[in-house]
Amino acid sequence: MENLIGLLVLAPLLGAGVLLCGGRRLDRSGPWLGTLLAAVSFALGVVLFADMLGKGGEERALDVTVFQWVPVGGFRADVGFHLDQLSMTFVLLITGVGSLIHLYSVGYMAHDERKRRFFGYLNLFLAAMLLLVLADNYLLLYVGWEGVGLASYLLIGFWQHKPSAATAAKKAFLVNRVGDMGLSIAIMLLFTTFGTFAFDPVLDRATDAGEGKLTAIALMLLLAACGKSAQVPLQSWLGDAMEGPTPVSALIHAATMVTAGVYLITRSGAVFDAAPDAQTAVVTVGAVTLLFGAIVGCAKDDIKKALAGSTMSQIGYMILAAGLGPVGYVFAIMHLVTHGFFKAGLFLGAGSVMHGMNDEVDMRRYGGLRKYMPVTFVTFGLGYLAIIGFPGLSGFFSKDKIIEAAFAKGGTEGWILGGAALLGAAITAYYMTRVMLLTFFGEKRWQPDANGELPHPHESPRTMTIPMVVLAFGSVFAGGLFSINDTFLKWLEPVTGHEEGHSPVSALTVTAATMLVLVIGVAIAWAQYGRRPVPVTAPRGSLLTRAARRDLLQDDFNHVVLVRGGEHLTRSLVYVDHTLVDGVVNGTAASVGGLSGRMRKLQNGYARSYAVSMFGGAAVLIAATLLMRAV
Amino acid sequence: MAFPLLTLTAAIPAVGAVATAAVPAGRRTAAKWLALAFSLATLALAAVQLVRFDPDAKGPFQLTESHAWIADFGVRYELGVDGIAVVLIALAALLIPFIMLAGWHDADPQESGSSRWRPTQGFFALILMVEAMVVISFEATDVFLFYIFFEAMLIPMYFLIGGFGDGAAGNGDAGAAAQRSYAAVKFLLYNLVGGLIMLAAVIGLYAVTADQLGSGTFSLQEIVQARAAGKLDIATTTERALFLGFFFAFAVKAPLWPLHTWLPNAMGEATAPVAVLITAVVDKVGTFAMLRFCLQLFPEASKWATPVIVVLALISILYGALLAVGQRDIKRLVAYASISHFGFIVLGIFAMTSQGQSGATLYMVNHGISTAALMLVAGFLISRRGSRLIADYGGVQKVAPVLAGTFLVGGLATLSLPGLAPFVSEFLVLVGTFSRYPAAGIVATLGIVLAALYVLVLYQRTMTGPVKEEVRGMPDLRARELAVVAPLIALLLVLGVYPKPVTEILDPAVRHTMSQVHQADPKPDVNDVEAAK
Amino acid sequence: MNPVNYLYLAALLFTIGAAGVLIRRNAIVIFMCVELMLNACNLAFVTFARLHGNLDGQIIAFFTMVVAAAEVVVGLAIIVTIFRSRHSASVDDAGLLKL
Repeated sequence: MENLIGLLVLAPLLGAGVLLCGGRRLDRSGPWLGTLLAAVSFALGVVLFADMLGKGGEERALDVTVFQWVPVGGFRADVGFHLDQLSMTFVLLITGVGSLIHLYSVGYMAHDERKRRFFGYLNLFLAAMLLLVLADNYLLLYVGWEGVGLASYLLIGFWQHKPSAATAAKKAFLVNRVGDMGLSIAIMLLFTTFGTFAFDPVLDRATDAGEGKLTAIALMLLLAACGKSAQVPLQSWLGDAMEGPTPVSALIHAATMVTAGVYLITRSGAVFDAAPDAQTAVVTVGAVTLLFGAIVGCAKDDIKKALAGSTMSQIGYMILAAGLGPVGYVFAIMHLVTHGFFKAGLFLGAGSVMHGMNDEVDMRRYGGLRKYMPVTFVTFGLGYLAIIGFPGLSGFFSKDKIIEAAFAKGGTEGWILGGAALLGAAITAYYMTRVMLLTFFGEKRWQPDANGELPHPHESPRTMTIPMVVLAFGSVFAGGLFSINDTFLKWLEPVTGHEEGHSPVSALTVTAATMLVLVIGVAIAWAQYGRRPVPVTAPRGSLLTRAARRDLLQDDFNHVVLVRGGEHLTRSLVYVDHTLVDGVVNGTAASVGGLSGRMRKLQNGYARSYAVSMFGGAAVLIAATLLMRAV
Repeated sequence: MAFPLLTLTAAIPAVGAVATAAVPAGRRTAAKWLALAFSLATLALAAVQLVRFDPDAKGPFQLTESHAWIADFGVRYELGVDGIAVVLIALAALLIPFIMLAGWHDADPQESGSSRWRPTQGFFALILMVEAMVVISFEATDVFLFYIFFEAMLIPMYFLIGGFGDGAAGNGDAGAAAQRSYAAVKFLLYNLVGGLIMLAAVIGLYAVTADQLGSGTFSLQEIVQARAAGKLDIATTTERALFLGFFFAFAVKAPLWPLHTWLPNAMGEATAPVAVLITAVVDKVGTFAMLRFCLQLFPEASKWATPVIVVLALISILYGALLAVGQRDIKRLVAYASISHFGFIVLGIFAMTSQGQSGATLYMVNHGISTAALMLVAGFLISRRGSRLIADYGGVQKVAPVLAGTFLVGGLATLSLPGLAPFVSEFLVLVGTFSRYPAAGIVATLGIVLAALYVLVLYQRTMTGPVKEEVRGMPDLRARELAVVAPLIALLLVLGVYPKPVTEILDPAVRHTMSQVHQADPKPDVNDVEAAK
Repeated sequence: MNPVNYLYLAALLFTIGAAGVLIRRNAIVIFMCVELMLNACNLAFVTFARLHGNLDGQIIAFFTMVVAAAEVVVGLAIIVTIFRSRHSASVDDAGLLKL
């Protein structure tokens, strides 16, 4: 069994290698090859899962060291895998959703001449993401962590000829690098504190280290999580990342990669549990982001950007839950999985809509599509019901638990967090209803595209609808499946631990409140977008709307402070280097040259002036000698 | 007497240089193949060294050779390699054939057969000459012997920088020639000044040993042993002065801020292969000599100077990276990136931890390979368009995908992406620094963000976006160019995933150096983790 | 007579010679002034030999005469050559290190 774990990572890696180096010969078969290898990986995951189910709760973890990676003095990093229930959950999510999206891409990218490369990048992403969740130490996790960053960079910028795509890709990588800086500092801290950074020894002995050190480590890990999971203050890249092809947005920027931060925090639970201050920071980040993302999602007219705001917000829920400690870890992961299903489904649906609408992304130019794309409509609708937390669907179970856990934090803090989570739920209901109404209901507001053609919406090919249908099933049933008999909780508990929260309000009250805010959110959206016709060009909107359209001015802040400031800094440094540092060097050279120029003038060729200097010199010498003697 | 393997490794390229220079004017291609054959022979000998070298053997140096040379002054012809030297020799020997292949047409005369002047022969002969001197500098264990070749290296380098340009300066031939000769003279003077100060220190060292040991000596081992035995007791002030003399020369060569300004000029004006020769091969002698001579001869002074040097290294890292961001010229950008990387190497050396020093030595190797990959591809790019300015490119990815792909991999290696070789070494340097100077470690980590910035901005501006008119029709990498780049990229991948063979050779040498400086790694806070396992 | 007077004379002759070297332009005259300085030195050497009662000074005086003779041979030859080519014996005209 242990050997299969390596194979799990190797299969997509092999695919990436073959597809990227294979040349034109693979242009036609490439997409299927990539999909096949993703499916192989998924099959291996299922085999391992079955094997794991056959064992008792505590003996399920598998450890395998493949080889010594960097053995230097006291520093030892291995390439080794650790497969437990937590990583298993991720493996199945990644390979499962990943395979579906590979399949979807076969249809979606059918007409792209560089599709072989696209599938190579997708396979590279799968390999890196699997490495991330399977690594048995932080340094190897870091490799996967940056690996998914690279894949994300390549895929966001896949249509490189568009300057906006190239810029978005660069931005994503850079913002992520800031987060990565946090992760590398965290690893350094772990090394100096524990002398190792393998999961087992660190997490077993976490409480032996001082709280100050642990807080520092936890905060650095949080910074890393913020970068990767697009949490405030490093969230700005996710909206731009929607420049990538839609399958990429579904897989990387909704279902898997962006949730890596939640994985990191859950995995390092022992460190966070021993650092309450850091946990406060985590829940704050989560709560702020879940509102931030939701508000941004309300204002965007670009369907993918609205969904991106939603992703940000939903991950905010997960981070919030993870920050609550053992009360919330299981629910964070549960929401992560259900979110993986319904958000991937929603993105694929959006991709399907765009596919039929000549790549139009502005929702104000959709409308009335439900008749033309029935499958997309139904699957998207189910995803919609799941995300707003319609009773019985996936999102209902997982989100409700998080809101309950937030209240259970207790005290004022608990009320604030619970309130924020509830408010977020209301806004979620609002913006998702808005997306739904603008896209599938109301008048047709279709506009001619750049070539002057009106779109002819049609249902997408099978390769695209099948994944959507499968994901819709997941969106509907996953939550119920997980929650009946607390299956998911029992599954994860041996790894993450679990405590029942003691909420000041009863679970029933929370559910009722959630239902209430849901209805309110839907009703407002209906009043704004369902009852009245929607203008094709966006109205100016209130101050908040305008700010939200610009990502609550975060980008403007980044632009003015970081980009402009950075430009000025580098420009002035170039100037300093040229004039000051180099100036000193050239100045030294010039002054030596000048001095010798002046000395040269003494050599004028007049014999009698030489004679004068000779006599003068002799006189000085004699005078000096006499003077010395007199003294 | 044992087989003089080390002498031979240095002698083969020297003989090759003479032989190549003697090839008649009309037989340019023959001269190229001859030079390549000699460089491959050197590579073979370097490989033999690696095989014969035993990492676990006792004693600091292996394969030693020792002969009296200038007996009156105690100068000996003493060669020997430790793990660090043998790996760096292998690196140099490995890169030279690629440099030659990449510069295969760089020195072809503009008008054929017109004069008795033989630029092609000269170009290849000079490269071999540099190789010979670099190799012997890595091998020399006699300070004076080292000094001679450390300085002599400047002469062929001067001609390589000043004599051969890439014709992409943008202001006519005369202007280009003037800029080139400015760069070459600047390179020469900078390094000569460093060398002269070192000469003073070398003489000072001789005077001290002559004074206390009876007869003066330049032998590294003799001095180290005498100091260990207490026979040689250098006064603190003298030791510091001598240390500074040595360090100054190496810091110019390395180059460390603020002694770096010759590098961007030299690398910008020289052809891409020569730029690689400078930064990947010749400059390594500077950082190598810090480890071998500064730390081992003057351990106390090294510790004394550490805080200042760490700060200078940090400035180099950030300053180099920020300036790289601000460059408009591709080659100067790579030069400033190298300054940033040399900052990491120096930081690792003077962090005085085993991770830091292992990382720094590994960094020398990895930086050599990654810069070679990036710079050589940049050279291919420049030769196609005839411009070094970033703004003159755009959308290359569309017309030359393989070129763009290899450029990206080289760039990713430069920004230390995990999975590629430089990551391992950079992380080791960071960890090693952090465990002794946490603040410095954190500041240095900023360098990885800036590295991402300059690499990705470069890639974005040159390779992506709409295809520029001048770029249209640009051919993709040719077979010869691919033969240069592909092995380098493969090496980056292999060393990124499995660096163990290299670290195993480096590790004992690093431990030896650490013990010379009487330094031990800081202990982790939670000690009994291993026991708990 | 008091030997110190010879020293005064030597100093006077030396000063005259030095002044001549500095003031005059004609190479021949400068040459003669140099000779005058040399002989002033000789006089001083001989006087010191007499004062100290040994022969060191006299020996050096002979040396000086031999060297001066050699110098005259080379110097006059140069001056004559310059005069032939330039029709002038002025040292100020000959400042180029060539004819």
